[in-house]
Amino acid sequence: MKIGVITYPGTLDDRDAQRAIRLAGGTPVPLWHADDDLKKVDAVVLPGGFSYGDYLRCGAIAAQAPATKEVIRLAEKGLPVLGICNGFQVLVESHLLPGGLIRNEKQHFVCKDQKLRVENNQTSWTNMFEKDEEILIPLKNGEGGYIASDETLKMLEDENLITFRYLDGNPNGSLNDIAGLTNKRGNVVGLMPHPEHAVEPGFGPDTKTAMRSGIDGLKFFQSVLQQVVNA
Amino acid sequence: MPKIIVEIMPKQDLLDPQGKAVANSLHRSGQKEISAVRIGKRIELHFDREITDKDLEEAKTQAANFLSNDVIEDVVAVTKED
Repeated sequence: MKIGVITYPGTLDDRDAQRAIRLAGGTPVPLWHADDDLKKVDAVVLPGGFSYGDYLRCGAIAAQAPATKEVIRLAEKGLPVLGICNGFQVLVESHLLPGGLIRNEKQHFVCKDQKLRVENNQTSWTNMFEKDEEILIPLKNGEGGYIASDETLKMLEDENLITFRYLDGNPNGSLNDIAGLTNKRGNVVGLMPHPEHAVEPGFGPDTKTAMRSGIDGLKFFQSVLQQVVNA
Repeated sequence: MPKIIVEIMPKQDLLDPQGKAVANSLHRSGQKEISAVRIGKRIELHFDREITDKDLEEAKTQAANFLSNDVIEDVVAVTKED
């Protein structure tokens, strides 16, 4: 099972995403932003960090990259795509997901372990979660404030496209506490927090059981592997 | 040099922290009559030849689709300057 991870100029978490895929039982395939060959992968991760200096707007230039253009084309045919942090910004700028992301409400970069509620477990990347499951994964962003028009927000709520909501406090001023979204088909998911940093005991968030034992992020990658196997 | 100038502003109802900080500083330097400051972007597209109507049309399309994001920004003007 091959899952591609695109590296843009400025990407930080491509190696972590590759490692997460490996720990979940998949084969990570490094992909390059300037190459429109996605190497016949079964799914794609757009990782976090930055891209092209985040010039113009976060994700705006990456949305025009040859690899992204191919991701957009295949996502419209059902290819599972996960955008994490800057990857979420790329998905929004690519119009695969609606709305926009602006500077955090309090203007500061936020880095913490963040509790989320899984609102929709019917997507390619969340089918291993229970509905309303509460999970804990790291969050680290400066421009994670989700905004959209009232009309778009209503559509997202009505069609159950909000995949994750922030719990125990909204870290960045996102409307309706939105941490992550999916598209109508459920193959594209984008979120600000970082599942790939909570996949291995000893390196994840602290839990009640033990320090750094949180591995809630692993299920994102197991979900897509399970779906691709069943497809 | 012929150029097309694209002017983009953050939407009115969005907080503009840059503008707010600059306004505070202007107030401190005595210009208390300035009620608010908002900061946007000016993007220049340079040409080595005369600009055609088609160039201007294309620039308007790019301004709407790529240079700005209509969720958070408004394109205020796309103008030609010789």
